[in-house]
Amino acid sequence: MRAGARDAELHGGDAAGKIRALFGRSPLFRSLVIGAWAGLLLLPFKNVRAALLLFMTVAAGLVLLYGARAFGRTEAWKKSAFRALLQRGARSVSPYARSSVLPVLLAVFLVVPLAVKDYYLDVLVMAGIYTLLALGLTIIVGFTGLLNLGFAAFYAVGAYAYALLNTKAGIGFWPSLPLAASAASLAGLLLAIPALRLRGDYLAIVTLGFGEILHLVLNNWDSLTNGPNGIAGIAPPSLAGFSLGALRPYYYLVLVFVILAGISVVRVKNSRIGRGWIAIRENEIAAASLGIDATKYKLLAFAAGTFWAGIAGALFAAKMRFVSPESFTFTESGLILSMVILGGLGNPYGAAAGAFLLVILPEVLRDLQLYRMLILGIGLVLLMVFRPQGLLGGRGGK
Amino acid sequence: MLFQQLINGLTLGGVYAIVALGYTMVYGILELINFAHGEIYMLGAYLGIIFLGIFTAIGLTEANLPLALFLTVLLAVFFCAAYGFTMEKVAYKPLRNAPRLSPLISAIGVSLFLQNYVMLTQGATDKVFPSRFGESRITIMNGEITFLQILIIAVSALIMLSLHLFRKTRWGKAMRAATQDKTMAALVGINVDGVISLTFCIGAALAAVAGVMVAAYYGLVNHFIGYVAGIKAFTAAVLGGIGSIPGAMLGGILLGLAESTGAAYLSSEYKDAYAFVILLIILLIKPSGILGRRSEEKV
Repeated sequence: MRAGARDAELHGGDAAGKIRALFGRSPLFRSLVIGAWAGLLLLPFKNVRAALLLFMTVAAGLVLLYGARAFGRTEAWKKSAFRALLQRGARSVSPYARSSVLPVLLAVFLVVPLAVKDYYLDVLVMAGIYTLLALGLTIIVGFTGLLNLGFAAFYAVGAYAYALLNTKAGIGFWPSLPLAASAASLAGLLLAIPALRLRGDYLAIVTLGFGEILHLVLNNWDSLTNGPNGIAGIAPPSLAGFSLGALRPYYYLVLVFVILAGISVVRVKNSRIGRGWIAIRENEIAAASLGIDATKYKLLAFAAGTFWAGIAGALFAAKMRFVSPESFTFTESGLILSMVILGGLGNPYGAAAGAFLLVILPEVLRDLQLYRMLILGIGLVLLMVFRPQGLLGGRGGK
Repeated sequence: MLFQQLINGLTLGGVYAIVALGYTMVYGILELINFAHGEIYMLGAYLGIIFLGIFTAIGLTEANLPLALFLTVLLAVFFCAAYGFTMEKVAYKPLRNAPRLSPLISAIGVSLFLQNYVMLTQGATDKVFPSRFGESRITIMNGEITFLQILIIAVSALIMLSLHLFRKTRWGKAMRAATQDKTMAALVGINVDGVISLTFCIGAALAAVAGVMVAAYYGLVNHFIGYVAGIKAFTAAVLGGIGSIPGAMLGGILLGLAESTGAAYLSSEYKDAYAFVILLIILLIKPSGILGRRSEEKV
């Protein structure tokens, strides 16, 4: 008897039980309660009108959602020709069509500059640079499962390395490029050597802290980095006497690097090293018991991933001819990470697709510019809840 | 000079400790770094400004300042707890058995969302705390301490004490049991989901109190404060040993003291970097923190 009374106390009295039953049974009631809750949460931050509007939108949206779900369960829908058509449509992409996607894409990217306006080409160049970053981060987060929240720091190292080498020492783009990439790689190793002793989420925080410290240093070391004013007058690259500074040649330069990075990342994924990384992601202890030197492989992942960030940084500095700490904040790291996750963790094609989506979408939805990060935040949560493997499949890290 | 820095450090440290408690309690029970916790603190600061603004507009602040402050804190606590509760239900609960990366990423999503949500609804410019109070100073040993600082230190101490007492209550015991082993706790009849919700609510409520106090202390608030404060509080939690409640208190106070003395004697430009440097050093030397226990990872 006593235990029963205790049970009732712990699980709420009769009234609470009734409410819960009602809540579980009636979708309409549920929608109204959730809508009212959302409105209540918004109330202090905005006004009564906005709160009421949110209440109605959420409640109506949920009612529609429940309605659609109920409709999906009905016999009529299951037998309908439309549903069969939808399913057949989804399955009809043949392997031949799939294997021709890459050559077609490449051809499109080769001829695009002849057809589009400079503005769109500029966006595409940025998408290319972000693709490099996303591919680099794919190695670290996607293959090896090491969450890196300060990736923009390595991007910054590459950009500042080229900026300083060029403006202070007068070294050209091509000799600087390997130096910038190695500088980023070295920074990655310097961070990774101590940090890899830590478990996953601690590592994330340490990389975050590293990004923040680097940002502070760039902002405050006036004699070297010129502080928040940044470094201007960086020379564009040139090849055999030709300047590649104009938009079209520069586009092809970035395209070449994206192709190089793409090939190397896809190839390395299926190599001995790539499989080692994936084994570590799936279960580090099991991987170690199979003779994989986890520390060595993780260091390698950091070095390889940050290498591409360094290249991307140098390309960015040469494109803008100007760098400042503004461009390398936590938001940037978050954006790159979102690209990798959006496309599908561990899938290089997904990372590239994510980079293109997240660079091009905000340009297309100019009016929604303000809401960009808000939508990105909601998107990340929804993606994790409903499709953790990302848009293009691939298997998530464990 | 030193004494002055100690007072400033203790004030800051008290606030860090309160926010750190939220991190440590959630980590203890779910092994999840609740990245969005700093944003709840930021929401608390904004709510403090919003509600005190309303009370000032209707004249309550002038008529009865303590009552207005009390109501402001109460409302901020209520709304922050509601936000914390909702956050857990929407972004973490569906991911409880997902791979470790998933809830962390969803936490980053929540954090981005809340920052931009506040920016869009409240504007991108700094907000000013509507009322100045507690600025009368007392001089002790070459150091000045304002009434507000005394209030902050006292409230922090009170919160820590009551949390300590809470651990002995029925729900406190349930929480400790769930921290040790969720499955076993559920088997002996503890409502584990309820305990987790409660943990988030308490953490968010504490962050709200900290947010209101900081808004009053600095007088200015913007939508970015949650990020840096969150990292610092997390550092405090790790410093003391994550998962350990007394550890979070100790870590917060130590971090506050380190920061204020560092800013005074080393360099104030790098003030925000100290927390990170301390964090790096702790994680490298003693990842389990000062009061934490070492946990072995199993296959």
